[in-house]
Amino acid sequence: MFDNLSEKLGGILDRLTRRGALTEADVDAAMREVRRALLEADVALDVVRGFTEKVREQAIGATVVKSVTPGQMVVKIVHDQLIATLGADGQTIDLNAPAPVPIMMVGLQGSGKTTTTAKLARRLTSRDKRKVLMASLDVYRPAAMEQLAVLGRDLEIQTLPIVAGQKPAQIARRALEAAKLGGYDVVLLDTAGRTTLDEEMMTEAAEIKAAANPHEVLLVADSLTGQDAVNLARSFDQRVGLTGIVLTRIDGDGRGGAALSMREVTGKPIKLLGTGEKTDALEDFHPDRIAGRILGMGDVVSLVEKAAAHIDAEKAARVAEKMRKGQFDLNDMREQLQQMAKMGGIGGLMGMMPGIAKIKNQIAAAGIDDHILKRQMAIIDSMTRQERKHPDILKASRKKRIAAGAGQKVEDINKLLKMHRNMADMMKMMGSGKRGPMAGIAQAMGFGGGMPSPEQMKAMAEKMPKGADGLPQLPKDLPAGLRTGLPNLPGLTGLSGKPTLPGLGGFPGFGKKK
Amino acid sequence: MNDSNPEQPKQSWWRRLSSGLKRTSSSIGSAVADLVIRRKLDRAMLEDIEDVLLRADLGTDVAAKIAAAVGHGRYDKSISADEVKAVVAAEVEKVLAPVAMPLAIDAAQKPFVILVVGVNGSGKTTTIGKLASRFAAEGRKVMLAAGDTFRAAAIEQLKVWGERTGAPVIARAQGSDSAGLAFDAITAAKTAATDVLLIDTAGRLQNKAELMNELEKVVRVIKKVDASAPHAVLLVLDATVGQNALSQVEAFHRIAGVTGLVMTKLDGTARGGILVALSQKYKLPVHFIGVGEGVDDLAPFTAPDFAKAIAGIES
Repeated sequence: MFDNLSEKLGGILDRLTRRGALTEADVDAAMREVRRALLEADVALDVVRGFTEKVREQAIGATVVKSVTPGQMVVKIVHDQLIATLGADGQTIDLNAPAPVPIMMVGLQGSGKTTTTAKLARRLTSRDKRKVLMASLDVYRPAAMEQLAVLGRDLEIQTLPIVAGQKPAQIARRALEAAKLGGYDVVLLDTAGRTTLDEEMMTEAAEIKAAANPHEVLLVADSLTGQDAVNLARSFDQRVGLTGIVLTRIDGDGRGGAALSMREVTGKPIKLLGTGEKTDALEDFHPDRIAGRILGMGDVVSLVEKAAAHIDAEKAARVAEKMRKGQFDLNDMREQLQQMAKMGGIGGLMGMMPGIAKIKNQIAAAGIDDHILKRQMAIIDSMTRQERKHPDILKASRKKRIAAGAGQKVEDINKLLKMHRNMADMMKMMGSGKRGPMAGIAQAMGFGGGMPSPEQMKAMAEKMPKGADGLPQLPKDLPAGLRTGLPNLPGLTGLSGKPTLPGLGGFPGFGKKK
Repeated sequence: MNDSNPEQPKQSWWRRLSSGLKRTSSSIGSAVADLVIRRKLDRAMLEDIEDVLLRADLGTDVAAKIAAAVGHGRYDKSISADEVKAVVAAEVEKVLAPVAMPLAIDAAQKPFVILVVGVNGSGKTTTIGKLASRFAAEGRKVMLAAGDTFRAAAIEQLKVWGERTGAPVIARAQGSDSAGLAFDAITAAKTAATDVLLIDTAGRLQNKAELMNELEKVVRVIKKVDASAPHAVLLVLDATVGQNALSQVEAFHRIAGVTGLVMTKLDGTARGGILVALSQKYKLPVHFIGVGEGVDDLAPFTAPDFAKAIAGIES
C-alpha cells in the first residue's frame, strides 16, 4: 500500500531513455502518481491540487541533471516543494512576553492535549529553566483534571489546585492569578477537547482566550488525521486564532500528510512534534523529516541522530580499532549487538530507513526480530572468558554446553560464530577501516552494507546542522555499497546535490523472496 | 461552519448522525449537485466525483471504484444530481451492507468478555462507558476492568463511568500489569455471575512492537481463564483518522483478533469514509458509531443510513 513514490515515478519515467528537459507528457504522467502518493499520505485534496500545480510548473522544462533519472528529478522537485510548503525550521514556542506567559492548548478530543501539555511543561522546565504552572480547563471528560494532576506530580511540575464547579474561563483567570502570585514564568492552559461543529464549545474556547489572552495558542492535532485536517485546522484558526500547531503521534506509522494540509490552510507554523508516550518525547519540527515521510522516504535524519545519541563514540572507536587490527572478538561483537538493541532494535532502525516499509513486513514474516539480538547476546554470555576471546577453541562439546546454557540450539551457536567470522573477515578486507563495526554486523546479519561507522556517526552528529534545511552534510568518502543498494531505494544520490547518506545500502537478504 | 440548522435537544440517532455527518453530506451533496448542473457525465466529471469521495477519506482505490460504478452505463448521458447521489449511496451501501452487524451478546457465555483496543485517544474508555450503560439498560449485569494501567487517570476515568452506570470496576494501581488485571477481572466476573465484562486497554500505536506484544499477552492470559474468551474484540477508530486506519485494523486484527469495529466522534466535521475502505478490504463487522459525548450517543451502525449520509441524501 505504501509504495515509495520515487519507485513509482521510476516505473513511469525511467522508461524514457533520453535525457534533457522533462516534457509536459512526462510531467503529467508523473503528477498522477504524485497526486496519488499525497492522497495516500492523507494530504487534503485541495492542498494536493495546489501542490501538484506548483510542482508541475517547476517540472515542465526542468533540465534533468546528468546521472539522475527523470523520476529522481521529479522526486527532488516534489521534495523541495514539500519543504517549501511545510515552512522554515526553528519556529519554536515563543516565550517573549511578560511573565507569566499564558499558553493555551486546543484540539479535538483524543488528539493528545493533556499529554502534550505535560511534555511541553517538562521541556520548558528542564530545558528552558522556566517555572511552569499547568491548569486543566477540561471540566467535561471524567478524570481529565486528575490526569493532568497526576502527570504534574510525576514530573514535579505544579498544577493548579482543582476547584469543583468552576467554569473554564474562571479557571483560566484563577490560573493566571495564581501564576502571578507564585512567580511563575509560564502558565499552560489545557482545554477540553471539542469538535469544531460544537458551537457551544467553540464559543467557550473563544471565552477562555479572551480571559487569558494567551501568548501562544497551540492546536494539538493527531498526525494520523485524514482529510478532515483542513476543516479542523481552519475552524480552530478562525474561531480561536492559532499561533502554532503541535503534531502528535508522529511515532506512528502514518504518513503525516495532515501536517502539510494544516500548514497550508492556516499558514501557521508547526512548532513541535509528539514522538512517543513518555513525557520527554517532544521534538522540534523539521520540515525535511516530514517531507521524507510523506514521500515514503523514511526519516533518515532521525535515524542518524538516534544512532549518534546512543552510540558510545569512544567505546565504538576502540572496537573499530581492534577490528582493524583483526582482533575483533566475541566480547566486541556483544557490545555491537547491545548498541543495536539500544538504538531501538531492528524494528526501530528499519522504521526510519527509506523504502523499507515493504521489506519491514518481509522481515517480520521471516521471523527476524529483536529477539535475535537478545538471543545472540545470551549465547555470548554463556561462554567463558577464554571462549569469547578465542572463538576458535569452540568445538562440539563446548558448543553443546553453551547451547544448553543459553537455551539455544547448537546450530544457533554455529550461526553466530559464522556471523562473527564474516565480520572479522570483512574487517580485514576493509583494511583502511572506513566502514565501522556496525557495517560488519549489518552485513553479517544479511542486512547488506552501509551501516555508518561510529566515526561517521560522530562526524554526522557534529556536522548535523541544527535547524538548517536539508539533509546533513556527510563525508564524501562513504562506502560504495550505498550506491548499489536496493533497487527500490529512493534515488537520493544526486537528488539535491548532497552526498548520499550512509546506512541506506542494500538489504539484499530481504529484498528477495524467501 | 454554517450551522443554520437549529437542532432540537432530543433527536433520533439518525438526526444526530446526519447532523454529525452534515459536513460530509452537504459538501459531497452540493459538490455533486454543482457538477451535474454544469455538464453531462464525462471523464472529467467522473474524476470530480472521485475527488469528492476522496475528500471523505474513502481512499484512492475505493473512490476510483465508486466513481467507475457511477459512470458505468451512464457515460455521455445527462444525469441529475439526485441520480448521482443515489448511485453513490447505493455503491457505498453495497460495500457497507455486509459489515453492518449488531454486536450479539451470547447469553450462554457468562461472562461475555469484550476486549476494547485501539490507538491512543480513539475513545476506548468513553465507548466502554457508553456500552456499559447500554448493556445495563438491557438488564444485563455489567462489570468493567480498568486495563489501561498506563495513562494517568485512565483508571479514575473508567471508575466515573462505573459509578454512572452502576457497574463494578476492577482496577489495580497505575503501572501494574494489564494482563494480570484482566485475569483478576474475569475471575471476579465469574464469581459475581456477571453477564458482560468490558475490558479496557491502554491506547497503543500499532507499529509499537513491545506494546502490541503486551496486548497479545493480555489476550493469552484471558484465554487461560476462559479458552473461549475474549468473545468480542472491538477496535475503536476515531472518525478523523485517515488512511492509517487500514494499518491499524491490520495490526490489531493480527495481534488481538479483532472481531468488530466501533467508529467514534462522528459528530465533528470528520467524515468517517475510511469505513468504506475498511469494509472493502477487511470485511470486519462494524457494530457501533459514536455520534456525541452523551451516554446515549452510541448508535448501532446501519449501512443504508450511513451510505445516504455520506452521499448527502437528506432523509
